[in-house]
Amino acid sequence: MLKEITCIGCPIGCRISAVLENGEIQSISGYSCNVGKKYAQEELTAPKRMVTALMTVRGSRHPLPVKTSQPIDKSKIFDCLNEIAGHTVSLPVHIGDVVLPGVCGSNVNIVATKELL
Amino acid sequence: MRKVDLLIIGGGPAGLAAAVSAYEQGCRDILILEREDTLGGILRQCIHNGFGLHTFQQELTGPEYAQKYIDRVIDYQIPYQCNTMVIEITKEKQVTAVNRSNGLQHFQAKAIILAMGCRERPRGALAIPGWRCSGIYTAGTAQKFVNLEGIMPGARVVILGSGDIGLIMARRMTFMGAKVLACVELLPFSSGLKRNIVQCLDDYDIPLLLNHTVVDIAGRERLEGVTVAQVDPETKRPIAGTEQYYACDTLLLSVGLIPENELSRMAGIDLCADTGGPSVDENLQTSVSGVFSCGNVLHVHDLVDFVSEEAAKAGAKAWRYITDTLDKNLKSMPIISGFGVSGAVPQKIHVGNADQPVTLMFRPKNVYKNAKVCVTAGEKEIYRHSSRILTPGEMVSLKLTPEALRQISDAENLTVKVEAS
Repeated sequence: MLKEITCIGCPIGCRISAVLENGEIQSISGYSCNVGKKYAQEELTAPKRMVTALMTVRGSRHPLPVKTSQPIDKSKIFDCLNEIAGHTVSLPVHIGDVVLPGVCGSNVNIVATKELL
Repeated sequence: MRKVDLLIIGGGPAGLAAAVSAYEQGCRDILILEREDTLGGILRQCIHNGFGLHTFQQELTGPEYAQKYIDRVIDYQIPYQCNTMVIEITKEKQVTAVNRSNGLQHFQAKAIILAMGCRERPRGALAIPGWRCSGIYTAGTAQKFVNLEGIMPGARVVILGSGDIGLIMARRMTFMGAKVLACVELLPFSSGLKRNIVQCLDDYDIPLLLNHTVVDIAGRERLEGVTVAQVDPETKRPIAGTEQYYACDTLLLSVGLIPENELSRMAGIDLCADTGGPSVDENLQTSVSGVFSCGNVLHVHDLVDFVSEEAAKAGAKAWRYITDTLDKNLKSMPIISGFGVSGAVPQKIHVGNADQPVTLMFRPKNVYKNAKVCVTAGEKEIYRHSSRILTPGEMVSLKLTPEALRQISDAENLTVKVEAS
């Protein structure tokens, strides 16, 4: 299977193509530096993203901005968002507080990114 | 009239960093005036991550980045007034502000730092046809609704312009359950970062239509749809027969930022046509003595890290002005924006001042591959740097060393230019 991605390592944005078989890279081309090669290897085999979202706060008109403690599998982004949307927190909240541990059954936590007192 | 050493107008990233830096230099009589009800500025609504890689070597969200500076302002007990609107600045550094609890206030400052930020180019500036129906927002306004208030402006969205705010909002709206139909860009390239194109559009299969624009808006009370057409890359005129109709209830405009300089103009400060901000020297001092400028009110930055760095410099220099240790009456040399350079800042330097490196920033006018950035004084070249790519979406920041500047103390002017191959 041939896959194509754009490298985000720098503004050049090389188009990198790779042949994948059973999720393993057979051949890879189009990158112009090692940043691109490394990015493509990760992006094509196990793409991950940081997710930032809003969580409802009991007794507050304003929502709480939150983020994942580390990048999660790209395929789990919307599961993660749904779980955050179905959750509420109580005041007070501090930056870095874990407001939802182990999102989507993973070891990634959802942490607060704002002080709400 | 209340006397204050340093008055900072704006409590966003620029104002906060300027206050912290001035305090650390020794200034103890500072006042920050902020028109919103909390400090932090636009960072408060930028809940995505990617801030602070240069300053803190970690990826922070907007509120996290802002809090680091807010904490320092509070630790240092630097006074600030929120909900306070500055309505006038004079050449004599008298400032008039108004708020609910104090009414009208008059200040006499020894130095002022302008840190008012920028605003978004609105629909009226684009002359898009159609009724003034609801459903048309600037991307930043929509971001404020969604991220601060938790209110969704609509469900089917078209975005005009592909600046970073528009791209970030494409993902944000998708995350909140909306359908983003397309991101429409007039130019043959996006002015947004590659990373945002990939992670905000490509990830969610949102098409980026380059060389396209919105030519008509349907709907009287509420937006019903927009007509998008391809444009000729040379003339930027729509090509007949290429129109496509998108039924949507929301149009987000991400079409550029404009430094907010009404107060600067009122004080008689010289503005620069290229940047839309004040003309400044290497100390970030404007044409009015003792008034300094930094952040997006000076020129629109792409990274907040650069704003903090610039503001810290403004704070330190303002303190030197207050303590009368800033060199005055030196011969100044204009900096000319040459080929491929848009709005170089600072606009002039005092070469005799050169005991520290001078940071020069600008935006490339176009996409240049394998290009060189050069700074010359007459025949003499004092800076040259090769770059594999320059794009308007990424500011170029370069440092001129004191040694280089001393070589050219008799030159008429400095030119910064791009040599494209």
